[in-house]
Amino acid sequence: MNVLSDERILLGHGGGGRLTRDLIDNEIVSRFGKGPLQGLPDGARLGIAGGEIVFSTDSFVVAPLVFPGGDIGKLAVHGTVNDVAVSGGTPRWLSLALIIEEGLELARLRGILDSIAEAAKECGVIVATGDTKVVARGQCDGLYINTAGIGEPIEGLRPDIKKIARGDVVIASGPLGDHGMAVMAAREGLGFAQGLRSDTAPVHRLVHAAATWAEDVKFMRDPTRGGAAAVLNEIVEGRDFGVVVQETALPYSPQARAISEVLGIDLLHVASEGRLLLVCAPERARDILNAWKNLPEGKDAALIGRVTGDKGRVLLETAIGGRRMIDVPQGELLPRIC
Amino acid sequence: MKYIDGFRDPDAARYLKREIGALAKRLAAAERTVRLMEVCGSHTMAIARYGIRQVLPENVRLLSGPGCPVCVTDAAYIDAAIALAEQGHTIATFGDMLKVPGSGRTLADARSVGGRVKVCYSPMDAIGEAEENPSREVIFLAIGFETTIPPVTAVVKAANAKGLSNISFLTAFKLVPPALEALTTDPEVKVDGFICPAHVSAIIGSDAYVPFVEKHEVPCVIAGFEPLDILMGIKGLLEQLLSGEPELVNQYSRVVKKEGNKAALALMDAHLEPADASWRGIGTIPSSGLKLRPQLRRYDAAEKFGVRLEGGTPDSRCRCGDVLKGKLLPPECPLFGKACNTLRPVGPCMVSAEGSCAAYYKYSR
Repeated sequence: MNVLSDERILLGHGGGGRLTRDLIDNEIVSRFGKGPLQGLPDGARLGIAGGEIVFSTDSFVVAPLVFPGGDIGKLAVHGTVNDVAVSGGTPRWLSLALIIEEGLELARLRGILDSIAEAAKECGVIVATGDTKVVARGQCDGLYINTAGIGEPIEGLRPDIKKIARGDVVIASGPLGDHGMAVMAAREGLGFAQGLRSDTAPVHRLVHAAATWAEDVKFMRDPTRGGAAAVLNEIVEGRDFGVVVQETALPYSPQARAISEVLGIDLLHVASEGRLLLVCAPERARDILNAWKNLPEGKDAALIGRVTGDKGRVLLETAIGGRRMIDVPQGELLPRIC
Repeated sequence: MKYIDGFRDPDAARYLKREIGALAKRLAAAERTVRLMEVCGSHTMAIARYGIRQVLPENVRLLSGPGCPVCVTDAAYIDAAIALAEQGHTIATFGDMLKVPGSGRTLADARSVGGRVKVCYSPMDAIGEAEENPSREVIFLAIGFETTIPPVTAVVKAANAKGLSNISFLTAFKLVPPALEALTTDPEVKVDGFICPAHVSAIIGSDAYVPFVEKHEVPCVIAGFEPLDILMGIKGLLEQLLSGEPELVNQYSRVVKKEGNKAALALMDAHLEPADASWRGIGTIPSSGLKLRPQLRRYDAAEKFGVRLEGGTPDSRCRCGDVLKGKLLPPECPLFGKACNTLRPVGPCMVSAEGSCAAYYKYSR
């Protein structure tokens, strides 16, 4: 089906849902998908002389540039660090490319660069190369950032979506959707969102903690655009199993829930920027959960679902005992949240 | 969130499910399958989102009636809005209306070829649009049930107070009680009880249903939108069916008063008068709509531009009419999920975020 209505790019093509997937499959994978891009992992594992590297990239266009709990700089470091980490790498080096709009206050840029420096230090990555461009007023919105990251593979850890099997369990490292809701609240001036902060954070320590049981870690992904729903649907796509998620087990912050209820948004569709979804063998769930709960970023970790059930379908067992499908968002839910 | 969680409590849900199961067993013993209809888009979505159908016994069926204002909007109305856009006027509308097909085309199509269509988050946005563009007519698509009618009427009032001459309203307001009446007297429709809407009832008050219930002896429960509200509503309807004493029960008394919202009702009465209304897939129901009173006719876009709302021919394959009457469940439509999906809807029930086809597509495809 041709979903590119009128053959133009829609905002929805950037939403991380079905339209994004169609665009990438039809236009990117068809041209570049034979090599390491195959299967669209968060990061590529590339063979080099003497070993392997993990390589990933991400661009950041969030509005506003600064939001409760973070800014575009922190996000630009965490986004790429996390993509490298969930691909089984220890992040080491980052590239940093800035596209700056004429007129951006220098003080604001300094603040964001300081934030990048601080986040890089926390993640143990070095900004190794970069680029700066300035475009005329109106040709971008303040500041866009691209980062690419290189990491070294963690021994024995080779997460791969193909390893997932019936019986495995799905673990979430913490409350889902805080980032998307915090940015949305900041942008729309939703006063009742008081106390809600973006969850932007690195997940590499969580990955290392889980790597103790590397053999049993099947798959990891940070649920960014499209939220947990997009990740869960990716897990079951084209497979002969499904996933059943327990609504009562889903970790959410009360503030994000309050906003989502008012706006009628399903938090399963909302982005996090410092969370991890991990699929592992069931007998290992307890160990990984305990290891995560010992870390501040994993204190609210929870087992949220099981790989089972209907072929290719993600189902939610609701609090009242009903069942319904968890679909991927179609187009754009919240534009420019990362 | 404590307030919300109380209405989603798993233990209370288990209790209600047991009660409903016991009542349904007694009905099953009498070989009765009961068909309960909700007539509110938010109930439709809540039932799908919480998986309520799946927890009900087999002989208790839930049907989605004409509860979504976009879904019941006639094709001729969409055609008229497109024609007005093509004449160079600005159409101001809620976003859901953009993708509803009229006799083929949608407002989104009209916009893609240069028609001016402005999506409003609040109907008051239409006033701003009119004030910013004094040389251009802004026509607000005034659709909706009793919940939406008061805020739109407030815009008419504001436009009148400001003396604006470049704003008008293409009205297709719909009223719920006459629709219940029409469904009950339609020999094709088989409904044993109604889950009456929550927000509409907050405006019109629970007393508004009493004449209907007394005349037709159909069980009615006004229910809230939380899962326990809906389960309570279903339990109440089953009890009435077993006792054989139909009545109106207001389960949502924390919000719905007997007399309704007096200020909203007074606002409506001051500006609007009863009119026949055409419901997509159902036809014309006498006195089931409201139009602007004669002294406000200059704000009536149909009067102002000589628009005749008739003759729309929606896609003949579309079975939204049967879905709205509860004769067909969305997945039973041959187009469902194939030719008709949320990216490319054929009928209005798949367009609207509150449409029953959209609810099935999103939550139980």
